[in-house]
Order: sequence, then C-alpha cells, then structure tokens
Amino acid sequence: MSAPLLEVSGLRVAFATEAGLLQAVDGVGFELRAGEVLAIVGESGSGKSVTAQTLLGLGRSPGARIEGSVRLGGEELLGAPEETLRRVRGERVAMVFQNPMTSFNPVYRLGSQVAEAIRAHRPGTSKAAGRARAVELFEAVGIPDPERRVDAYPHEFSGGMRQRAMIAMALALEPELLIADEPTTALDVTVQAQILDLLARLNRERGLATLLITHDFGVVAEVADRVAVMYAGRVVEEGTLDQVFYEPQHPYTWGLLGSTIRLDRERPRRLAQISGAPPSLLALPEGCAFRPRCPHAFGECPQVPELRARLTDSPGHRDRCWLAPERKRELR
Amino acid sequence: MARFAARRLIGLVAVLFAVSVLLFVVFTVLPAQNPAQQLAGKNSTPQLVASIEEEWGFNDSVPEQYATMMGKVLTGGLVSYRPRVNVLEQIVERAPATLSLSIGAAAIWLVLGLALGYLSAVHAGSWLDRLLTGVAIAGVSIPVFLIAPVLLYLLSYKAGIFPSAGYEPLTGNPWQWLTHLILPWFTLAFLMIGIYGRVLRSNMLDVMNEDYVRTARAKGLSERRVMTRHVLRNSLIPIVTLFGLDFGATIGGTAIITESLYSIDGVGNYAAQATANFELPPVMGVALYGAFFVVLFNALADIAYAYLDPRVRLGEAPRS
Repeated sequence: MSAPLLEVSGLRVAFATEAGLLQAVDGVGFELRAGEVLAIVGESGSGKSVTAQTLLGLGRSPGARIEGSVRLGGEELLGAPEETLRRVRGERVAMVFQNPMTSFNPVYRLGSQVAEAIRAHRPGTSKAAGRARAVELFEAVGIPDPERRVDAYPHEFSGGMRQRAMIAMALALEPELLIADEPTTALDVTVQAQILDLLARLNRERGLATLLITHDFGVVAEVADRVAVMYAGRVVEEGTLDQVFYEPQHPYTWGLLGSTIRLDRERPRRLAQISGAPPSLLALPEGCAFRPRCPHAFGECPQVPELRARLTDSPGHRDRCWLAPERKRELR
Repeated sequence: MARFAARRLIGLVAVLFAVSVLLFVVFTVLPAQNPAQQLAGKNSTPQLVASIEEEWGFNDSVPEQYATMMGKVLTGGLVSYRPRVNVLEQIVERAPATLSLSIGAAAIWLVLGLALGYLSAVHAGSWLDRLLTGVAIAGVSIPVFLIAPVLLYLLSYKAGIFPSAGYEPLTGNPWQWLTHLILPWFTLAFLMIGIYGRVLRSNMLDVMNEDYVRTARAKGLSERRVMTRHVLRNSLIPIVTLFGLDFGATIGGTAIITESLYSIDGVGNYAAQATANFELPPVMGVALYGAFFVVLFNALADIAYAYLDPRVRLGEAPRS
C-alpha cells in the first residue's frame, strides 16, 4: 500500500472564549490515500468543519491554539510559514465550501475568479489563457454554454450552478486533494444529488482524493469509501463505508443512522432521534462525551475509551465505546 | 449600464425640479411680507420695490410667478438690486475658489481617510489601530471653527509658514494658490478624514468575515492581494455613496464656514455676505446652485455604485 497523501494525527484546536477554553477539536487523527474519499460525519459543533479549515490554516480565529500534526505527502503543514501554506492552497489542496451563494466575490465575473486562482500560482498566465481554462473547467463540471457563462456574475447563477463553478475553480490547478466542507447542505435535494454525482465522477475519473465534511449520512452513502464519525471534537468511530453502515459500533453512530430515512428499509412512523443535545464544549462530561445521551451507558463510561479496533475480524474498524461487541450486536 | 445611468440622470432633473419648486415656495409664496420688498433688500425705495413687483410678475398667478423665476435663473438673468449685480456672474467669478477648496480638501480626506482606515483594519487591535482611532475621534470631535483659528495662530501667525488668509487664483501664481489653500484644505478635510477612516475600517472588518474572503485565501492568493482585491475593493462600495453626498454638500454649502474663516472669496462667502445684508437673489442663486451639486454628485455616486457592484445594475438585459 502506498504512503497516505494526508496524515492527520493528534490534532487539537482550542479557542479562548470569555467562558473559558473551548476545545473544539480534541485529538483527531485520520489518513487519506490518493484516490480515496473519506467522509467526516457529525452534527453541528462536532468539530468537523474546524478540522477541515485548520488543515490549510484557514481558521478564522487568530487566537486559536492548534496542536498536532497535518502532513501532506510527508510535509508538515501545521505551523508551516504562510508562504508554504499559500503554495499548497489551491495548487495541491483545494476547498469547496458550504454556501455557494456567498463563497464567490459578488463583484467579479466567475471566469475571472477562476482565472485568479490560476494566476496566483502561475504568474505568467495571460488573461486570455486564464479565461480559456475557465471555459474548459466549466465544461468539465457540466455548466451549459460555458463560453458565455464564464463572463457571468455570481448572482446570475443558481445555487447548484454556483457550486459547480466553485468545484470548477477548485479543479483549476489539478490538486491532489479536494476538501469539500458541507458542499451540498445549502442545496435542494435534487441538486444535491447532481453535485454528489459530480464529486464521485471527479474522484473516479481523475483519482481526486476527497475529504468530505458532512452531517448527512445520505451524502456519505453516495460517495464515501471510508467514514469517520465525530462527536464533541473526537472521532468516535472510523471504518470503511460498509463497516460503519452495516456494523456500526458506536451508539452515537446508531443514532445518526437511525435518524436517516432509508429507501431499503420500511418507512418508520416516526423518525428516530437522538435524545438530548450535544454537550457544551466548555463543560464536557467526564469520560465518554456521549454518555449523558447514551441509552446504554454503564460502569466503564466515565473513563474516556480510546479509539481502537474492537472487532477481531475487521482491523480497520475502530471505535470509542466500552460496550463489548457481542453486547452491541444484541442492542442494535 | 448605460440605461441605468440615463435613468438616474432623468431622476436628477426631476429632483432639481422639486428643489426649485420648494425654493420658490420658501422664498416667494410663504413669506407674509411682500416678496418684492424682500428681493429689494434693506433701505429700498418704493420705486425699486414697484419695479421688482413688475419685473417678477408678483401680481400674476403662482405658476406664472414660478415660470418667471425659473426663466431668470436658467437664463442667468437673476440680479441683486443694491447695487444691480448679476448673480450668476458673481457665482461664476467665485466658483474657482470654492472648487479649488472643495476638490483639494476632498482629495486629502479621501487619500488620508482611506489610508488610515485600511491600515487600522489590516492591523486591527494593534497600537497603530488605536492611535489611528484616536486621531479619527479627534477629527470628528473638534469643530472647524476651533481648528481654523488654532492652525492660523500656530502655523501662520507664530511660525509664519503659511499666509493667513485670502485666495490666489491658480492661473496667477500656482505656488501662492497652494500655500494659501493648505490650511483651509486640512481644516475642511480634518473631520472627514476621521469619518472616512472609521467607516472604511468597520466596512473592511465586516468584509473580512465574508465567505468569499475565505475562498480567496483558499485559492492561495497572497494576503496583500486578498486585502486589496477582495476586502478593500468591496469595502469601497458604500464609501462611494458617502463620498457623493459629502462632496456635493461640501461644494454646495459646507465650505461656507471654512471660506469665511480664511477670508476666501468663494461662493460660500458670497452667500454668507448676502445673507448678512438681507439680499435675497444671491441666496436664491446659491441655494439652487448648491442643490445642483448635491443632486449631481449623488447621481454620479449612484452610477459609480452600479459600476462597482454588478448586482445594482437593474434594468440591464435580464439574465438568460
């Protein structure tokens, strides 16, 4: 097996707030290989977006305390000089954000914003060449009439088309890795499916490694090879798509899966929900953070379970739950 | 874009019409006194009042009176009566002084205000930011009629660096023109530097939190390019509107105090003297002229706004 493209280990991000230190990300680690799609799943406040933004040094709080390691092709990015990060951004790792409506600058033509990304890394590129490349990219992501549409302004595009343009911009320099932070959340369901198809196709055809951040297990099922489930700043379960879907080990994952409508099962009269609310990151419960909401909490739970493989027959499948695998099988 | 500009300029004519009607009502319809008496001014003879009544048609219907007034204003036939002097000629003669003062001051407040705002936004929270904030607050809180005497006392009377008062035409001696205007420029610009600096700073801090700024960083743009092409560029859009209003108002009136303080014989001073002498025609003329500039620069600002922000270009061909 080749060396991983992206290795994140022991990533911790804390923000100093008036109420105290807020540990948004607490020891997250994962690996992503070339050509692979890893989905990080979790609800709001689980730390998944902070994780994604920290990878390229794009977090918005200047006072954030960041520890750990983020290595891209073996090169450490955390704490790297701004110039190093600048060269990685767009060129080797591109990002697509949640809200396509606000992620383009409203005053410039879309094509020129794509060209700007190219010219930032290839200073010699002429305006005409940049525009021609933008046309190509628009074509590649399925925007009709690209020759004319590159000259449109963002407000002249629908949400789905803007997200396509955003993806086109991300592809401009043929990056090795695409980080998509909730790329479909702001879109209609039908448009969501189109964007996911597009991401899956890019992964398949170009071997584009993708880190997909989402709260939606439906999205995960469409495109992911592997899944990491985050809760309160930690990865609580990690495995291949099939492992996590068909043999979920953590009660939180059961909750997330249970609250998803599935076409392959009978429709429930009432959609299941996880009782309670995510804990405040300022006052995390001791031990397993999911304990207060977990219907199966027992004696061991006040201690933090480590993330490790607990099933003898699937080594890549790791979780943070004290329950014995046999017991879990009964409870699920 | 052209259609938007055309529509905005038609709107300008409509606003000027409304302003002229308002002025007409204020000057000739509302006053209880005979308007001819007012136009004639203090110590006028009955013959003069009678001839003005005849000339302005104050016995005609109100719309006819309006038409007569506007006829005078538009053909440059408006005169003050003691002595009989053409108002438009007086304004045109004094306009270079007022324009020199206003344009120079505007250039100074734009350059310094925006530089100050940009630096305090980019270095928000630093000592530089706090210093600039202090300067801005001083600018906003010290009134013009205090700044001018202090500057004159220190830099003109004591230090002798600048001449104390008056105006020298640019066409005569450019160096004299410049030295005579430096103190008035800064006096007029001082307040505005503070306002523009503060407004740009807060606009930029808002824009920095926009998603598209994060996108710009994620593309790998340099920090300077992110700040200028994305943050500054978008933060300047509201400044354009503000500038249109302020610059029009400066030419059309705000400059009066500064002109008086520095004895610059500009349009503002002309209006101030006319007011002191109870001469109505110059006040009418200057009021209309001032309104024209305020409205004109407002319209120009709107057109510039549409140029800077494509979302404002309403009336463009609909998107396909």
